[in-house]
Amino acid sequence: MCFKAKRRLTLALSSMSALLPLTAATAWAQDSKVNAINMPVGVTEVSASIYDLHMIIFWICVIIGVLVFGVMFYSIFAHRKSKGVVPATFHESTKVEIAWTVVPFLILLAMAVPATKTLIEIYDFDDAEMDILVTGFQWKWKYEYLQEDGENLKFFSNLRTPQDEIYNEEVKGEHYLLEVDEPLVVPVDTKVRLLVTANDVIHSWWVPDLAVKKDAIPGFINETWFKSTQVGIFRGQCAELCGKEHGFMPIVVHVVSKADYVDWLATKQSEAAEIKELMAQSFTLDELAERGKGVYQRSCLACHGANGEGGVGKAIAGSLLVTGAINGHLDSVVNGVPGTAMQAFGGQLNDVDMAAVITYQRNAFGNNMGDMVQPLDIFNFKKGQ
Amino acid sequence: MSTQDSTGHEEYYVPESSGMAISATIGLVLSIFGAANVLNDMTFGEPGAETNSWTIFIVGLFWFAATLFVWFRTTIRENRAGMNSAQLKKSYVLGMFWFIFSEVMFFFCFFGALFYVRVLVGPWLAGEGEGGTMNYLLWEGFDYSWPMMQTPQEAVGGAGAQLIANNGDFVSPHTSMAFGEVEHWWHWLPMWNTLLLLSSSVTVHIAHLGLLANNRSKFNIWLGISVLLALGFLYLQYMEYHEAYVLYGLTLDSGIYGSTFFMLTGFHGFHVAMGMTMLLIQWLRSIRGGHFTADDHFGFEASSWYWHFVDVVWVMLFLLVYIL
Amino acid sequence: MGDHHHGPAKGLKRWIFATNHKDIGTMYLWFSFAMFILGGSFAMIIRAELFQPGMQLIRPEFFNQMTTMHGLIMVFGAIMPSFVGLANWMIPMMIGAPDMALPRMNNWSFWILPPAFLLLASTLFMEGGGPAFGWTFYAPLSTTYAPPSVTFFIFGVHILGLSSIMGSINIVATVWNLRAPGMTWMKMPLFVWTWFITAYLLIAVMPVLAGLVTMMLMDIHFGTSFFSAAGGGDPVLFQHIFWFFGHPEVYIIILPAFGVVSQIIPTFARKPLFGYDSMVYATASIAFLSFIVWAHHMYTVGMPVSGELFFMYATMLIAVPTGVKVFNWISTMWRGSMTFETPMLFSIGFVVLFTIGGFTGLMLSIAPSDFQYHDSYFVVAHFHYVMVAGAVFSMTAAVYYWLPKWCGRMYNETMGKTHFWISFVGFNLAFFPQHFVGLAGMPRRIPDYALQFTDFNMMSSVGAFIYGGSQILFLYNVIATIVAGQPISDEKVWEGAEGLEWTVPTPAPFHTFAVPPQVK
Ligand code: HEA
Ligand code: HEA
Ligand code: HEC
Ligand code: CUA
Ligand SMILES: [Cu+2]
Repeated sequence: MCFKAKRRLTLALSSMSALLPLTAATAWAQDSKVNAINMPVGVTEVSASIYDLHMIIFWICVIIGVLVFGVMFYSIFAHRKSKGVVPATFHESTKVEIAWTVVPFLILLAMAVPATKTLIEIYDFDDAEMDILVTGFQWKWKYEYLQEDGENLKFFSNLRTPQDEIYNEEVKGEHYLLEVDEPLVVPVDTKVRLLVTANDVIHSWWVPDLAVKKDAIPGFINETWFKSTQVGIFRGQCAELCGKEHGFMPIVVHVVSKADYVDWLATKQSEAAEIKELMAQSFTLDELAERGKGVYQRSCLACHGANGEGGVGKAIAGSLLVTGAINGHLDSVVNGVPGTAMQAFGGQLNDVDMAAVITYQRNAFGNNMGDMVQPLDIFNFKKGQ
Repeated sequence: MSTQDSTGHEEYYVPESSGMAISATIGLVLSIFGAANVLNDMTFGEPGAETNSWTIFIVGLFWFAATLFVWFRTTIRENRAGMNSAQLKKSYVLGMFWFIFSEVMFFFCFFGALFYVRVLVGPWLAGEGEGGTMNYLLWEGFDYSWPMMQTPQEAVGGAGAQLIANNGDFVSPHTSMAFGEVEHWWHWLPMWNTLLLLSSSVTVHIAHLGLLANNRSKFNIWLGISVLLALGFLYLQYMEYHEAYVLYGLTLDSGIYGSTFFMLTGFHGFHVAMGMTMLLIQWLRSIRGGHFTADDHFGFEASSWYWHFVDVVWVMLFLLVYIL
Repeated sequence: MGDHHHGPAKGLKRWIFATNHKDIGTMYLWFSFAMFILGGSFAMIIRAELFQPGMQLIRPEFFNQMTTMHGLIMVFGAIMPSFVGLANWMIPMMIGAPDMALPRMNNWSFWILPPAFLLLASTLFMEGGGPAFGWTFYAPLSTTYAPPSVTFFIFGVHILGLSSIMGSINIVATVWNLRAPGMTWMKMPLFVWTWFITAYLLIAVMPVLAGLVTMMLMDIHFGTSFFSAAGGGDPVLFQHIFWFFGHPEVYIIILPAFGVVSQIIPTFARKPLFGYDSMVYATASIAFLSFIVWAHHMYTVGMPVSGELFFMYATMLIAVPTGVKVFNWISTMWRGSMTFETPMLFSIGFVVLFTIGGFTGLMLSIAPSDFQYHDSYFVVAHFHYVMVAGAVFSMTAAVYYWLPKWCGRMYNETMGKTHFWISFVGFNLAFFPQHFVGLAGMPRRIPDYALQFTDFNMMSSVGAFIYGGSQILFLYNVIATIVAGQPISDEKVWEGAEGLEWTVPTPAPFHTFAVPPQVK
C-alpha cells in the first residue's frame, strides 16, 4: 500500500468511529427480563466471569468490525467509478499479509487467557457442600438429594402451565412455560454440585442466571456446580432437543436462605415419612379415588385428557384395558408401553399415588368398575416382576 | 489410436448423452427403498404380514447390477475402440484413487469409534478417568476390560435395574475372539485369514508382473489363484462367524464388543467380496476376451489397487481387533 | 467420433440423458432452487408458529419435523447442490476443459439426488411422522426413540452422500487433469481453488457420515449398542462422529461461497484480487483446521477440560485465515474503481454479514461463554448469518453474475437491486433479534416460548417473511431474463471481468473448449 492509501485509511477509520454509539446501544437494558437483549450477569461468581468474558470478546469484535467495515465503506464511498477514479493495480504485499495474520493471532492469544482461566474455574468440582442427582426424563426432571445415609430425598418436577394456556384458551400467566409443580430448592452461598444424567434421551439442564448448562446423557453422569450469592427464583429450560415436549420441560430453582432450607428439608422429610406410613395402610375406594384424581390431573391429564377422552395417549374412558383385569392395567402404568409416549410410571409415582391413580381411572369417566388397588398390591406387583 | 484434431492435439472424449445413469438410479433407488422396507418390516412390522419389500429389493438389485454390467461393458468397448486418450485414462486413475480414499475414510469412521470406546468410554463407564468419576453410581459392579466380557447392563443385573438400558438386552459373550492359547494356534482362524489375504496380495502382484511381461498364462494363473485365496478367506470368515454365534455367544447384541467386532469385520468381509468379484471379472475378461495388454490394463490395475486396500484394512483389523 | 460438436438432444431426453456439464449444472441449479423453496416454506411454518407465544398453527411434534427437515433440506438439498451446479457450469469453463472429467458419472451424481430427497420428504407422510430429531439427529433420540421413518432417512443420507462423493471425485479429476495448457495451479481462478479444496473435504467426510448412519441403522435394527451405555457404547460417540463430519461440512458450504465472492469483487472493483496466493493458503488452512475443531459443538457434553481447551484454541485459530480472506477482499476494493451492480451488492452484503456471523462464531468458540450460548437462539443467529447471508447471498450473487453468460440475456438491474435491498433488510430483521433472545435465554428447537421473548420473535417472523417474499422477485427476475431478457452478445458481460469463461461467446455454446485454449 502506498503512502497516500494509508492516509486515506486513517481518514476512513476516524469517520467510521461515529458508528460506535450505535453498537453501544446493544449493551442496554440488562436487568429487565422482558425484551432483554443481553446475557444475564447472573447470581454466581462464575456467571459474572462468563458475562465479563462475553462482553470483552463482544467489544473486541465490535472494534475490529468497526475498523474493517469502516475501511470498506470508506472505500465504497471514495473509490467508485462514478467519481472517475482510475483503479490502482497493486495486488499483493507480503508485509501486509504477515501483519494481518499476526495481529489477529495476538488478539486471539489475549482472548484465550481469560477464557482458559474461567474454564478451569468452572471445572473445579471439589469441595461441594451438597450433591444433587439430576435426571432428565421425557419430559420432566427428577431431583435426588444425595445423603450420606442413603435416605435420599427425591421428587419429580413437572411443567405446571395448564394446557389451556398453551393452546390459547386461557390468558397466559406471568411465568408462562417457566413454572413447575416442585422446584429445586437449594441454600444460598453453598457450593451445590449437580450430577446430571438422563433416563431416556439426551436433555440439558440450563439455568442462565446460574450459568450452568450441562447435558444429561443417558448412562453417564456429568458433574457441574453453582454457588448462588443471592436468594431468589431462577428459571431455565431443557436445552437439548429431547422429543415432542422439549419446549415444555422447564427448570425452576429456588435459592433460599440456609435457615429456610433446613425448614424445607424438614417438611419434605416428614412428607416422605408420611407416605411411607401410608404405604402400609389400606384405604377405602373413595379415599383412593379422591387422591387419584389429584395424581391424574398432575401426571396423566396432559396426554389422556381432562375427561379421560385421550389425546396423545389412548382414551381411558371405556378403555378395554382399564376396564379389564387389574394386572394388565397395572402393568401398562408401572412399566409403560414401550415405544410409545406412555412411560413407566413405576419409578415415578410412589405406591400410594400409583394405587390411587389406578383406582381413580377404574372408577372415573364412566368406567364404573367398583374395584380398587391398595398400595400393598402395587408393592407386591413390583416385587413379583 | 486416439483421435486428433487439426491442431494435432489429442481430443478428450466426451460421451454422447447416455441412459445408463438414469437406469442405475432406478435400480439403486428401488433396491434401497426395498431394503428400508425389509428392515422396517423386521423391526416395526406386524409379524407374519405379507409385504413386497423383498421383491422390490431384489428386483432393484438385479436392475442395478445389470446396469453396472452394461455401463462397464460400454466403457471397456470404448477403450478398446481407441476412443480414450491418455488424458481420459488419467481421469479414470484419479477417479479410482480418490474413490479408494473415500473408502479409507469410511473405515476410519469405524476404527475411530473402536478407539473411542476402548480407550475412553469403557473406563468412564467403570468410573475411571476424568470423564467418568461419578459413573459408578449408575453402573455399580461394572469392571472394564477389553474385550468386554460383561456389559454394564449385565453388571447391574439386567434391564430392570437400570432404566437406562434402552436398546434392548445386551448379553455378553463367553469367549473373545482374541488370540487364546498357544497350543491351539492352528485353530485360530484370523491368523489363517491373515496369511490368505497377505498372500493374495502377493499373487495379484505376480499376476501384474506377468501382464507387464506379456505373459498371458502367468497372468491368468496367478490372478485365478488370487481369486481362490479370496474365496478361502470368505469361507474362513463364515466359519469364524458361525463359531462366534454358536460357540462363543458373541453376537451383534453382545454389547459394544460384538457391535464393533461385527461392524468392522463384516464391512471388511463385504469389501473382500466386492474386491474378489472385481478380480474375478478381470480374470474372465482375460480368459474369455483376451483383454488387457502390457501397457493398457486399467480395469485390472484398479481392481488390484482395491485389493491391496482391502488387504491393508485387514492388517489394521488384525492388529486392532484381534491382537491388541 | 466425427461429429464431436453435436448439439443438445431434444425435449426431456436432453436432461435425463445429459452428459454435458452445462446441462447437468443447470439441473443442479434448478433442483437446488426447488429445495430452497421447500426448505424455505418449512422455515416459514416455523416462523409463523413462533410469531406469538402459545401453540396456534401446528403441534409440537410437527414443529420438530419442520425444524429437522428445514435444516436437512437447506443444507443438503439447497446449498450443497447449488454450489455443485455452479461448479459444473463454471469449472470447465474457467480452466479451459471440454467438459467434466467423467461426464456419465456426473449425470448419475445428479440423478440420484431427486429420489433421495423424495425419500426424505416422503417420511413426513409416514406413520409416526418424519424425522423429528433435528438436522444433527443425535442418538438415542434418532435411534431407540425414533419413528420407523428413520430407516428411510438413513438411506436417504446414504444416497446423497454417494452423490456428493461422486460429484467431488469428478471435480478433483477435472481440476487435476483437464486444465488447459498453461493453466498452472497458481493461475487457477479462486473459485476453482476453493472448490478443489472443498471436494477434498467432501471426499474425506461424507464417508464418515455414511459410516455414522450405518451405525444408527445397526443400533435400530440389529441390536448393536454403539450409542447405548447399557451395552458399553456412548451417545456422545455419535456426536463426535457427527461433528467430525459436521464441522468440515459447514466449510464445505462456505468455501465455494468464498470463491464466488473472490471472482466478483475484483470484477466490479476493476482491480485484480489482492493477495491471490495468501487466499489459496488461507483456504487450505481453513480446510485443514476444520478437521480438528469439531468438538466445539459439544462443549456441554462433559468432555474433560483438556479436550475442551484443545478444541477451543483450535477453533479460535480459524479466525486467522478467515480474517486474511476478509482483509484481502477489502484491499481488493481499496482504490479500485467500483460500480455496484447486483452481484457486487450481494457480495458486499456477504462480506459484511458473513463477518458478523464470523464474529459470533468466535464468541461461540470461547468454551466458558458457550455454556451460555449453546443451543440457544444465539447459535441460530450465528449460523444463519454465515449460511444465509454467507452461502445464499453469495449464490445469489453468482446467479446474477453469470446468468447473462449462461443465457445470453441481461437481467433487470433495477429489479435485482430491489431484490438485494429487500433481502438485506428482511434478513437482518429476521436474524439480528435472534441474537438478543438467544442471549436472554431462549433455547432453540422449541415450538413455544416464554412471554418475555415475544416482541423480538415477532420482529424476526416479519423479517423472515420479507426475506422469503423477496425470493419471489428473484425467481421472477431469473425466469423473465431467460425468457425475455435483453439479448447481449459481448463475450465479456462485465467490463472488469477476467478469466477464460469470458472469452467464449455469449451465450456460452453447448460445448466449450473442445480444443484447449493456451493460457499465458
Ligand atoms: C457456513 C457455515 C459456517 C461457518 C463459515 C461458520 C464459522 C464459524 N463457526 Fe459456526 N456454525 C455453523 C455454521 C458455520 N459456522 C452451524 C450450522 C452451526 C450450528 C450447528 C447446529 O448445532 O445445528 C455452527 C455452530 C458453531 C458453534 C457451536 C455453537 C454451539 O452449538 O454451542 C461454534 C463454537 O465454536 C462455532 C464457531 C464458528 C467459528 C469460530 C467460525 C469461524 O470460521 C468464523 C471465522 C470468521 C471470523 C472471525 C470473521 C472474520 C475475521 C476477521 C475480520 C479477522 C479478525 C478477527 C478476530 C481476530 C476476532 N459455530
Ligand atoms: C443453508 C442453510 C439454511 C438456510 C438457507 C436457512 C434459511 C432460513 N432459516 Fe434456517 N436453519 C438451518 C439452515 C438454514 N436456514 C439449519 C441447519 C437449522 C437448524 C435445524 C435444527 O435445529 O435441526 C435452521 C433452523 C432455523 C430456525 C430455528 C428453528 C428451531 O430451532 O426450532 C429458524 C427459526 O427462525 C430458521 C429460519 C430460517 C429462515 C426464516 C430462513 C430463510 O432464509 C428462508 C427464506 C426462503 C424462503 C422463504 C423460500 C423461498 C421463497 C418462497 C417460496 C416465496 C414464498 C415466501 C413467502 C410467501 C413468505 N431456521
Ligand atoms: C406423555 C404422555 C402420557 C402421559 C403423561 C401418560 N400417558 Fe398413559 N398412555 C400414553 C399413550 C401414548 C398411551 C397409548 C399407548 C399405546 O399405544 O398402547 C397410553 C396408554 C395408557 C394406558 C393403556 C390404555 C389402553 O387402553 O391401552 C393406561 C392405563 C394409561 N396410559 C395410564 C396412564 C396413567 C395412570 C398416567 C399418569 C400417571 C398416564 N397414563 C400418563 C401417554 C401418556
Ligand atoms: Cu428435555 Cu429437551
Ligand atoms: Cu463447527
